Amino acid sequence: MTAMVKAEGVHKSFGAVQVLKGIDLEVKSGEVFCLIGPSGSGKSTFLRCINHLEKINAGRLYVDGELVGYRQKGDKLYELKDSEVAQQRRDIGMVFQRFNLFPHMTAAENVMEAPIQVKGVSKAQARERARELLDRVGLADKAGNYPSQLSGGQQQRVAIARALAMDPKLMLFDEPTSALDPELVGDVLDVMRDLAESGMTMVVVTHEMGFAREVGDSLVFMDGGVVVESGDPREVLTNPQHERTQAFLSKVL
Amino acid sequence: MTDKFDKEPADATPSAAVSKEGGALPPEAIKAIPVRHYGRWVSGVVVLALVALLVNAFATAEKIQWNAVGEYVFDSTVLAGAGRTLLISVLAMVMGVVLGVVLAVMRLSKNPVTSWVAWVYIWFFRGTPVYVQLLLWFNLALIFPVLNLGPIYKDEMVDVMTPFMAALLGLGLNEAAYMAEICRAGLMAVDEGQTEASHALGMSHAKTLRRIVIPQAMRVIVPPTGNEFINMLKTSSLVYAVTYNELLRATSTIGSTSYAVMEMLFVACIWYLVMTSVFSVFQYYLERRYARGSLRQLPPTPWQKIKANMLGLGSERGK
Repeated sequence: MTAMVKAEGVHKSFGAVQVLKGIDLEVKSGEVFCLIGPSGSGKSTFLRCINHLEKINAGRLYVDGELVGYRQKGDKLYELKDSEVAQQRRDIGMVFQRFNLFPHMTAAENVMEAPIQVKGVSKAQARERARELLDRVGLADKAGNYPSQLSGGQQQRVAIARALAMDPKLMLFDEPTSALDPELVGDVLDVMRDLAESGMTMVVVTHEMGFAREVGDSLVFMDGGVVVESGDPREVLTNPQHERTQAFLSKVL
Repeated sequence: MTDKFDKEPADATPSAAVSKEGGALPPEAIKAIPVRHYGRWVSGVVVLALVALLVNAFATAEKIQWNAVGEYVFDSTVLAGAGRTLLISVLAMVMGVVLGVVLAVMRLSKNPVTSWVAWVYIWFFRGTPVYVQLLLWFNLALIFPVLNLGPIYKDEMVDVMTPFMAALLGLGLNEAAYMAEICRAGLMAVDEGQTEASHALGMSHAKTLRRIVIPQAMRVIVPPTGNEFINMLKTSSLVYAVTYNELLRATSTIGSTSYAVMEMLFVACIWYLVMTSVFSVFQYYLERRYARGSLRQLPPTPWQKIKANMLGLGSERGK
């Protein structure tokens, strides 16, 4: 299996604060890769580095064999132009903790926007595809609703449909259920489970240990900007080796 | 998945209905004697009395020739003046909005030179009175007798800086400084998550700005811009000073020759009120349009309110 995401010594700092202190990991194609850890451990920051919403300060980060945000010629790195970065991002879907739906567009328009604007898909085609995707996340009847008229769980499912509309090869989930009422979490996780079954490569930052155990193929525990422990989710969650992992899991499980 | 979510309330209603049919009595409505607000009645009467005195003073003042007001409201000179007020206000506002957007983008740009130049512009034009700025433009010929733009254009400054040009530049350039700050505030009010989501979908900076950020910023920008325009309609009376023949100047000229000074000022007031009122209505509809998506239910238009009231009355009568 080829690596969909490959990180080699990734460092990231905001001013004087070092958030990532050398991350090495590999996400295989088609797997569900879960990132867990206490808040401030750098897991969300790492996720945002994968689609270059954050620039890394050191190390190398590859998506599908391609360097993210830079071009290497000989031993020199060149920053990519904005348009080239945008090109790279097309294939990487992202789902945010706070949904970030476009509030001035209906659910269907949210899903149609990027295919029309970025890929030049015709409006009719985009509408048809949006209908399919909204149906897939169980919201076919909400196509004409504005985000403010939807519950948090429904908004997040529209956000997933919106990301899928670009036919990404990789999906990033940044704590997709953390902003939801507990009773709405299940619907979103169901959609993610379906997506995992369809073979999508997913990197998921989450606090849902149940989801990680059931659906995850690999799991990484991060703390203080480094990977503390990694392996099969069932093993790491039931039998953590490192004491920091044990301390964290004893609090959340 | 949705079904689960949607069904719960649907299940809940029938069970509630059953219990109702099961004989539970409807709760008895409270019939209590409301608190009497005597203070409200007293203050209402006092205010009404004061208003009546004021109206009476104006209505019965012997020195006011009310017929002169009626006579001159539709006078052609007055109408032409009102037209010029409208013209200079619209043109200055257009200039202000266009230049304001440019200045706002300059201020927010990462280039320190453009951002600094925009800052200085706003500092100067907001920091000096518009009246002074109008006089500066009007008297520009004193220091630059000839306008020389190299090979493109050359003319006597007095020919270029007509009252109209001085008024337009004075009002428009001043307005741009205010509009720049309004636009900047609007652009910054849009949540950063919106830009991130758009970028994450692979949309370019330009498309993100045009399709995602600006439509949302408009909601913040439109209301103060409407206020600015209404302000502009009134501020335009200052161009009296640069001898542009707008509404105030037109009415004052008639006033000083016909000795109906106050009456002509009333005429000016009437036209200013007409113009500002019309634009207030227009602004209401514009704001309503840009509220799409951010309000669950758009506020009704006045016409819809009237219709709803009529229907409400009709159905009550029907009972």
